[in-house]
Amino acid sequence: MSAKSAYKVVTFSGGVHPDYDGKDLTRECAITEAPLLDQYQVIVHQNIGAPPKVIVNTGDEVKKGQVIAEANGFVSVPLHAPTSGEIGKPIEVPGPMGTNVPVVVIDADGKDEWGELMPPIDWKNSDGDTIKDRIRAAGIVGMGGAAFPTHVKLSPPADKKIDYMILNGAECEPYLTADHRLMLEQPEKVLAGAAILAKSIGVENIYIGIELNKQNAIDTLLAKADEYNVKIIGLKVLYPQGAEKQLIYAATGRKVPAGGLPMEAGCVVQNVATAAAVFDAVVEGKPLIERITTITGTPVVKPGNWKLRMGYTVAQALELAGGVKENPGKLILGGPMMGFAQKSLQVPIAKNSSGILLLARNEVVQYESMPCIRCGKCVGACPMNLLPGTLSSQIESESFDLAEQYNVMDCIECGSCAYICPSNRPLVQHFRRAKAEINMKRRAQQKK
Amino acid sequence: METMWIAVAVLAGMGIILGATIGIAAKIFKVETDPRIELVTELLPGVNCGGCGKAGCADFAKALVAGEEQPGKCPVCSQEAVSSIARALGIEAGETEKKVAVVLCSGDNNKSKVKVLYNGVSDCVSASLIAGGPKGCAYGCLGMASCARACPFQAIEIINGLAVVHPHLCVGCGKCVETCPRDLVKLTPISAKVHVYCNSPEKAPIKKKVCTEPCIGCRKCLKAGEEGQFIMRGFLAEVNYDNAPDTDITEKAACPTGCLKIAKNHLAIEQAEVA
Repeated sequence: MSAKSAYKVVTFSGGVHPDYDGKDLTRECAITEAPLLDQYQVIVHQNIGAPPKVIVNTGDEVKKGQVIAEANGFVSVPLHAPTSGEIGKPIEVPGPMGTNVPVVVIDADGKDEWGELMPPIDWKNSDGDTIKDRIRAAGIVGMGGAAFPTHVKLSPPADKKIDYMILNGAECEPYLTADHRLMLEQPEKVLAGAAILAKSIGVENIYIGIELNKQNAIDTLLAKADEYNVKIIGLKVLYPQGAEKQLIYAATGRKVPAGGLPMEAGCVVQNVATAAAVFDAVVEGKPLIERITTITGTPVVKPGNWKLRMGYTVAQALELAGGVKENPGKLILGGPMMGFAQKSLQVPIAKNSSGILLLARNEVVQYESMPCIRCGKCVGACPMNLLPGTLSSQIESESFDLAEQYNVMDCIECGSCAYICPSNRPLVQHFRRAKAEINMKRRAQQKK
Repeated sequence: METMWIAVAVLAGMGIILGATIGIAAKIFKVETDPRIELVTELLPGVNCGGCGKAGCADFAKALVAGEEQPGKCPVCSQEAVSSIARALGIEAGETEKKVAVVLCSGDNNKSKVKVLYNGVSDCVSASLIAGGPKGCAYGCLGMASCARACPFQAIEIINGLAVVHPHLCVGCGKCVETCPRDLVKLTPISAKVHVYCNSPEKAPIKKKVCTEPCIGCRKCLKAGEEGQFIMRGFLAEVNYDNAPDTDITEKAACPTGCLKIAKNHLAIEQAEVA
């Protein structure tokens, strides 16, 4: 069997793809370990759900990997020290979402000593709960961007049968190559991580979806996939191929019901970086304290992929990449499609920071939004089969009830519609507002 | 020729029969309405602002006639209109002090610097969802007119990136209060003429970095005023609207940043800055 026919190629309906995806800037850049810092500023609340409770005080000595904040409720994960050192005074720094967030400051002692590692688990012969508990204890969250606690995804209600464990190696965001490099350089970690994740919920069918523009990653994984009983799926190069619901449809042909979770289609989707972190936690007993981040963009002197500890600031990370050639026009944490524009360089890296992207001045367009011309391009591009143009007009006239009927809540905020709109309409921003307003209304009703 | 007359006869006949049916139906199915409801609806301002808490003026009129509400509850009616409604219904007018909305922020584009280039929907809720909005202060007015658009009386104007209330146009319906994502707009009794035009409870140095006219929490107004006229919320002095100070407090307190202002002056200052 030739390599080409060893996997099937699938896709979803809708989507966009930019002419230039910027991945050639860093595609060939091997992952480099970032040097130790004198000080780390670790954001306390890095997961979706309840913020963990800080358990260290100013002046405490901590070891690398020691718990510095413990989980607070089920949808919450603990936080670990990225290096050994002394805890500094708690401060607030600008966070990735624009508001100030509390951080735990660690003044590194330079020894970078591990504390006591968690004992390795013989995952092949252990039950699901042991693995899940370890995943949680290691503070693992979805590293693709959402930072949703992984153990929660792995705990479906008893009546929901999970048939597929799907790993997302699509990396459909332009510019980012962190997952690509990970699959290329540490294929066994990814594959074993996938197998561990599948074992934890007793799933037989394991898929890894990879976009066809990462042919070498596909080949690398394919060579070892059989050992771990993993199937590799080729994905058409299309954004947002790596979105949970789109990936499920492409891989299995199943559709997640509106407003539902992937588990309702019998699937669990995890990022490949999450799988690698799971491997570290289960087999090596290491908690999640670092991640691979792509530092890229035309203004960056030396774009590349770096293994950064949590607590590196954007400014320090950019220094690693040799600084900037020119004054950039925009700084984005994450990819250009769904990442968040930043207004400060002092934002620390978190568990979900997949990329630091700088755009040059001439790459950032200051546009003026025009009225909808009803061309329907957005309808064709929407991977959720919504009517973005219609919705935006409804929201502009503040008819949020109508927008709710038109399923604005199913928008995944991928930005395909806004990308393709010839009238430059800020469609996603409209939808985010509508979602906020509708959620506000729902909360008010619940209170009554 | 004959065909034409047939058509006329048929149409005329149909007209008579259907007309009679409607007339009879109207007699049989007549809905009794209180004529006072129509009378009161006409006396009410008819702007349907919802300030009384009812769905509109007609709904409020119904409640008035049913004796569930008092005419004084209408924030828009003048005192004469209220008493004429009360007279018409033979009920008490009900005393409620008129309220006026105030946007408690001084941060126009000169005073609170815009920190980032915002290129999106010109709406306060949308803007605040993106990294907390383009202005440096996380508590101040975003100046994107969500409140002004919500106002049925055009009483709010955006002057140089700051929402300012025209007190003589404001009726205190409270529509703007609901729309502001920053909770900056407060309904205050009309007798309170002085306000602290700042909403940030942060420490003074933080506020000073992002605004030239914040409340720095120096407590000068607290000391100058009588006891209980001001309350401290964090590092922010607020007027106690149950015991509001007189207008001369601005001179007595000599607010060092000048965010303690008389409402009328505040409007004049902002207008002058643009002109």
